[in-house]
Amino acid sequence: MKETILFIALALFMLAIFLILYRVIVGPSMPDRAIALDTIGVNFISAIAIVSIVLSTTAYLEAILILGILAFIGTIAFSKYIERGDIIERKRDN
Amino acid sequence: MSGNEIIEWIGIFLILFGAIFSVISAIGLVRLPDVYTRTHAASKSSTLAVLLCLLGTFLYFWSHDGYVSVRLILGIIFVFITAPVSGHLICRAAYRTRVPLAEGSGVDELKPVLFGADEDVVLTDDIAVVTKDIVDNDKNEK
Repeated sequence: MKETILFIALALFMLAIFLILYRVIVGPSMPDRAIALDTIGVNFISAIAIVSIVLSTTAYLEAILILGILAFIGTIAFSKYIERGDIIERKRDN
Repeated sequence: MSGNEIIEWIGIFLILFGAIFSVISAIGLVRLPDVYTRTHAASKSSTLAVLLCLLGTFLYFWSHDGYVSVRLILGIIFVFITAPVSGHLICRAAYRTRVPLAEGSGVDELKPVLFGADEDVVLTDDIAVVTKDIVDNDKNEK
């Protein structure tokens, strides 16, 4: 019973990821794609949590933190690139 | 049914609610008309979904194995802090690169402030000129 509910939740997360994938492919502007990729990363975090319950191991919980940090940094880099055309700003002299 | 098992079931149902919220946020991301409303769907309800799911996982491991996972709490706090920040930054980048609003969005008060009548006005240069004037005034007073 518990396993069934967990598999249903996993299937719902996969359905959400496929729906968001539509926005990544079609999305009319670059910020659309960036926010959709960020949401896909967040959904992967939840899916990893459910998989670690199903396999009854706590080894995957480190991947949650790392994926969260990577999704955040990727979104920040995307937004800076979209806004300024440059990720790392160098100091100007004046 | 013992207390541990009740907490376990609460965790599992939190995970199920998180998955349903995630599907709702994905539907919002597909159906809403422009970037700004899509950012609303992606940052708020998706954050709630992942918070419910990680909290359910935490409760499950706590009651089932007696294992208090600090990494899950850190993950919850990190997602809770960073998701609004990334949504705001994407919205800001979209507005500054002139992604159009949806039809019927109402009054846009930021546009004359940010871009002005002249489309090519650059705000940082104005600020630089103003600060230079202030510095010159200080020198003249001395």
